[in-house]
Amino acid sequence: MKSKSLILFLAIVLIISFFAYIAFFGLNIGKYEIVPAKDLIKLGLDLRGGVTVLLEAKDKPDDPINDEKMARAVATIRERIDTLGVTEPIITKVGADRIEVQLPEIQDPQRALDLIGQTAQLEFIEEETGKVILTGNDVKKAQAEFAPSKDGLGQAPVVAFELSPEGAKKFKEATERNINKIIGIYLDKNPISLPKVESVIPDGKGIITGSATMEEAGDLATLIRAGALPVPMETLSVTAVGPQLGANSFEQSVSAGQIGILLVFIFMIFYYRIPGLVADITLVLYLTLTLFALAAMKATLTLPGIAGLVLSVGMAVDANVVIYERIKDELHLGKTLRAAIESGFRRAFLTIFDSNLTTIIACVILFYFGSGPIRGFAVTLIVGVIISMFTAITITKIMLKLLTQGGILKSMRYFGERGVK
Amino acid sequence: MKTINFMGPRKIWFGISLALLAVGLIFLIINGGLNLGMDFVGGSSIHATIGKTFEVSEIREIMDKYDPEATITHAGQNKDQVIVRTKISFDNEKRAEIIKAFSDKYSIESKNISFETIGPTVGKELAMQSLIAVLLAFAGIMIYISVRFEWRFGLAALSALFHDTAMMVAAYAVFQIPVNGTFIAALLTIIGYSINDTIVIFDKIRENLKIEHSKKIDYDNLVNVSVTQTLARSINTSLTTLITIFALYFLGVPAIRDFAFPMIIGVVSGCYSTIFIASPLWVVLRKRFKVS
Repeated sequence: MKSKSLILFLAIVLIISFFAYIAFFGLNIGKYEIVPAKDLIKLGLDLRGGVTVLLEAKDKPDDPINDEKMARAVATIRERIDTLGVTEPIITKVGADRIEVQLPEIQDPQRALDLIGQTAQLEFIEEETGKVILTGNDVKKAQAEFAPSKDGLGQAPVVAFELSPEGAKKFKEATERNINKIIGIYLDKNPISLPKVESVIPDGKGIITGSATMEEAGDLATLIRAGALPVPMETLSVTAVGPQLGANSFEQSVSAGQIGILLVFIFMIFYYRIPGLVADITLVLYLTLTLFALAAMKATLTLPGIAGLVLSVGMAVDANVVIYERIKDELHLGKTLRAAIESGFRRAFLTIFDSNLTTIIACVILFYFGSGPIRGFAVTLIVGVIISMFTAITITKIMLKLLTQGGILKSMRYFGERGVK
Repeated sequence: MKTINFMGPRKIWFGISLALLAVGLIFLIINGGLNLGMDFVGGSSIHATIGKTFEVSEIREIMDKYDPEATITHAGQNKDQVIVRTKISFDNEKRAEIIKAFSDKYSIESKNISFETIGPTVGKELAMQSLIAVLLAFAGIMIYISVRFEWRFGLAALSALFHDTAMMVAAYAVFQIPVNGTFIAALLTIIGYSINDTIVIFDKIRENLKIEHSKKIDYDNLVNVSVTQTLARSINTSLTTLITIFALYFLGVPAIRDFAFPMIIGVVSGCYSTIFIASPLWVVLRKRFKVS
């Protein structure tokens, strides 16, 4: 009986260690590979670096915003971003009139911002009359290429464009009217090129000079090709995290968290002795299960998320503390250890149930009525509370019972109680 | 264990809390409200790893052109990082200029630069939405406790929650710490933590109330006994929680410190309010509104 209990206890410890190992390090047996659960959890842009931009469509009374326009705006922004070669960009409509763009691990955030925010309304304007001849809608193709520079000595980056048949017709008429006059090319009312018309252009093909680099010409071509945003958008917020800085925050926060958790482990052993060690083992299981749960829910881990997770360990200990103090109470009443464990758990269960359910209720309400970060926080806390209830109540009980049967736990002295036999 | 008389000096406990909150209120009035951070009033921040030590005046020189009132602080374990904060929401061009000035002077790669610009509207919405969510959560807690316990417990627990929330706001008012989105996250965590803490003691009071058979119950003594019985748990749980938060505060990055500081205030206040506010308040309510 004794040795059987101890073997079972060791088996449980081994199983927990095994799962903890998989969660943190993964497993690699031959061709079967299990990725560590911690790697399955997506890191937020604050930890891996990247840009988050929130845009808001500016409503005009004569031209109200509707879903169709917002959908076109999303599509336009997506097309612009595609040229940046970002892995997994996320572009989402938020509420009725906002668009959130997330670009992970981007190297040059400034360039991305220049591309995203502009309305990019292209206009060809007759200088003499100020009349708009063509807009971006008339352009069929646009691409960056090199053309002989004006001085004839080298090559300069330009945007070559081709107009739609209708646009070509309008352009032909306009060039006829404006020989030796200027037709300006404007992007969002800013002149990008002010060429003088030298001859009639009948085929709707032309170039836009004025780009300093090939990259600049490429971005301009992208803006023209993707077209103007159907509504002007205002940038509400921009957050850009340098990948190196993000990685540093991640490492430093994780190591701070590890030290905090380690100190809690030491405290528990110091105060509760062998049962304290049991609590620590269940805490390892708690952390492991929480990691698996977050991975399964495809949760994104952010900096406050790490803080929340570390903190939840401090709180998860509470269930164990409540149980152990209860068992001590029962022992003081003169019960045997086995009876004290049994009734201590039964009584502690009600306490833990009520206190945790209150927390869960608060979180569920926060989830329903909160937004973005608040919802993420609520979910993490709900998951943490439920898992800690399970690990503290069931696993601790099984392990304590096995230790008692195995003769390791003999009296309340093993709960760190001094001066009592 | 000897029963400690918590209920006797309850006027002192209430007095301490009221005095602290009054100090917070005075600071709030003197300073004309909380120091709202960029999440709420808008603004910009730039965080860069310079890679060597530097003088604040060097950075100031660059920033003077854009905002002479920008705050410039050292960060990082080797003090080789700089964080610049201003209340101006820089547009794309201005921000690009500033960052270029930084990287030209110290030859910083873009992977070592973070920046943030927030317009004022976003934060106001977040604050409003959070406030509504928190009030509804309070209502939910009140209802649950009224059903599982009784309404006096609910009201006492809610008062403790208000107390903790007010304490955190007071700390921010006194130390003039910028209030940002992380403050709301910390506030929510503390609400979850504090209610948990309170319910454990209320559960003990409820239990002792059930086994009390005499006609004339001495509520003061009943609560004293209950709080004494759960004291070890109250202290241990607060300690383990504080250990983890202190580790984050002293070893973590600036963004996590912003989160850890209000949490430290909240956990201490949460522990205090459970024992010295919620429990005595329940006694007061129980005596005032007798059970029929």
